[in-house]
Amino acid sequence: MAELGATPKVPKLRRKALHSVRSLFTPLLPDDYLELINPLWSTRELRGRIERIDHETLDAATVLIRPGFEWPGHRPGQYLRIGVVVDGVHHWRAYSLTSEPERPDGCISITPKLVEAGKVSPYFVHGARPGDVVRLGGVEGMFVLPDPLPEKPLFISAGSGITPIMSMIRSLHRADALGDAVHLHSARSAEDVIFADALSQIDFAHEGYKLDLRLTGEQGRIAPGDLDRLCPDWRERHAFLSGPAGMLDALSEHWQREGDRELLHMERFQPVIGGEEGEGDGGTVRFTRSGVEARCESGTPILVGGEQAGATLPFGCRMGICHTCVGKLCRGEVRDLRTGRVHGSEGEMVRTCVNAPEGPIEIAL
Amino acid sequence: MNAMTTTAEPVSPLAHLSAEQLDELAREFDAIRDRVAADLGERDRRYIESMIAMQRRLAVGGRMALLFARHRPAQAAGATALSMAKILENMEIGHNVLHGQWDWMNDPRINSSTWDWDTASTAEAWKHSHNYVHHTFTNILGKDKDLGYEIMRIDPQQKWHPVYLLQPLYNLLLMAFFEWGVAVHDLDFEAIRSGRKSKAQIKRELAGIRDKAKSQIIKDYLAWPLLSALATAALDGALEARRPGRRRGRAGRIVRRALSGGGASFRSAAAANASANIVRNIWAYAIIFCGHFPDQTYTFTQEEVEDESPGGWYVRQLAGAANIEGSPLFHVASGNLGYQVEHHLFPDLPSTRYAEIAPQVKQVCERYGLPYNSGPFSQQLGMVQRTILRLAFPGGSQRPKPGPYRGEDHPVL
Repeated sequence: MAELGATPKVPKLRRKALHSVRSLFTPLLPDDYLELINPLWSTRELRGRIERIDHETLDAATVLIRPGFEWPGHRPGQYLRIGVVVDGVHHWRAYSLTSEPERPDGCISITPKLVEAGKVSPYFVHGARPGDVVRLGGVEGMFVLPDPLPEKPLFISAGSGITPIMSMIRSLHRADALGDAVHLHSARSAEDVIFADALSQIDFAHEGYKLDLRLTGEQGRIAPGDLDRLCPDWRERHAFLSGPAGMLDALSEHWQREGDRELLHMERFQPVIGGEEGEGDGGTVRFTRSGVEARCESGTPILVGGEQAGATLPFGCRMGICHTCVGKLCRGEVRDLRTGRVHGSEGEMVRTCVNAPEGPIEIAL
Repeated sequence: MNAMTTTAEPVSPLAHLSAEQLDELAREFDAIRDRVAADLGERDRRYIESMIAMQRRLAVGGRMALLFARHRPAQAAGATALSMAKILENMEIGHNVLHGQWDWMNDPRINSSTWDWDTASTAEAWKHSHNYVHHTFTNILGKDKDLGYEIMRIDPQQKWHPVYLLQPLYNLLLMAFFEWGVAVHDLDFEAIRSGRKSKAQIKRELAGIRDKAKSQIIKDYLAWPLLSALATAALDGALEARRPGRRRGRAGRIVRRALSGGGASFRSAAAANASANIVRNIWAYAIIFCGHFPDQTYTFTQEEVEDESPGGWYVRQLAGAANIEGSPLFHVASGNLGYQVEHHLFPDLPSTRYAEIAPQVKQVCERYGLPYNSGPFSQQLGMVQRTILRLAFPGGSQRPKPGPYRGEDHPVL
């Protein structure tokens, strides 16, 4: 089944009233008629209306969205599943929320960067118009500000990796908790700096927020060795890393060797499938609905094995975040390729894109 | 009716084609499908969205008018709007969405796996008996349960039984209560008799029909008529209250007038809803019977389709179906099932595309010497009714077939 938005926080009385008159509309719901007047009134899935689109750079835009019902909230750093219609087809993607949860106007924002060959980012960066309606799905992600808030945060971001960090900084800014924060941000050139204005405003407003902007086109990429110079007390700070895989690998290794790994928080949008973690020996998959049988070699996700064997399977992000690809496990165990953890019990819903069979399994897809 | 090849036993429409030609034909039809599938986009989505919006507006308009169903013009307008809404809901929307024609949009609502429709059949039973059984085994005697729906003799090759003498009568009943006939038909008596269906499944399917029946009865014959009664009672009561007159007994007069107005409105609204359901039933019956039972269509024996190739499957689909000619409005109202041939070749392509590909299909038929069955509505429906009357009695022979399609300049009938 195609993905649906999150269940909105509808006032109880309203839900009850709609429920009580549903037999007048069967097999449809009162919602189906109310949506004709305003699509944001759907009580089945949370939707939002695009309020404003601000171009941050030539290829990145901040999209401000007003949710149809009260925003259920998020933790700074988390990402949002968002559904849009492009050329007649509904697509879902995950984007980091770039707004702080405490915005008084109740709006949220995301800041997609254009992926030329993509479907959804070209819509947001070039096609979207204020008034367009989007579907708002679940909020997820473990890359968040810890509670209690860190007193001395260090943010290291590069390129569009700044998006989850922006929500953190905005939230701290609003809580007036930027007493001693260092932010090392890299971008290719001055024109490529996303949130350039917002960051310099915060820099101006807070004595304690130190922004170090690095233009990699001129100065080259940040190296672990630069840390002692840029932020001498980096070992004592809660560090938040978001950027390309190469930077994350180099820096996390550095923390492992010389710093306190406990204090390092990072965001990997692409799960490291086939990393050092255990990959297992793979196994066979029987897809009970299509009857297709597939063999997954070590480290091959169920989804990939099934597709290679000719099965048509649901899929979305292919990185374990959207849950479009889930199937009910009927038999056997699976290995989470991101963590190496072997798990699975009968009836469990497993994400086929990040799990590999551990021996023979059956899945209801 | 001129230039027809008249034979008692029509030659199989694909007898003249070699295996290679059938493979080539399959490739041509596959290519038509691929071209349409690759071109689906925003304009198609707009179409189905606007059709759904129109259907819902018609339904709301009809229901609102029927709040005052006691007044004849309101009752007539309401019943008309509601009939149209129900027809669109069943044909252009429900039937086609349940075929998966709009699944490519990845829309969680307009999707064959989540859709339900305003008729007595559950979506699940319908998808099995129609999408799978009928569309796979189209016009194969003994396998396609839609050939006569297991209660009618519409092909002379079906064995006669005295019960068919009643066929002209229950044909009329089926027409009026078509949705109930279809719901019961979905149960598949043959599967039940032969024990292929478990007791639990039969029970579940019966419960499904019961639930659908219950919700339709509550909606059309209780809830909306009740609202209509309340609206009229309030209006009539208020009118009575404003009438000048003696104060004594006034409350009683108001109540009496409200009650009588309300009661009349309840009955009128329920009658209007019943007529909308029946109009929809008759229309659906007519369109669907014209799809496979006019004289031009071919039926196939199980021996004929043994080892059928993909090309043979395509030929059976197009020879077993017949189009209905009509205006664009007619095609929308019939769920584009006037393009029955195109629908049977590509049951899961969006219905809006059938008119577009019809010329390409005709061209293939012309090149391969295949029939392209088509005719005006009244002619097709007349043929079907004649067959139903004739085959109620023993005997009967195959009706003459028009033969290969020879282009627009050579009308087949």
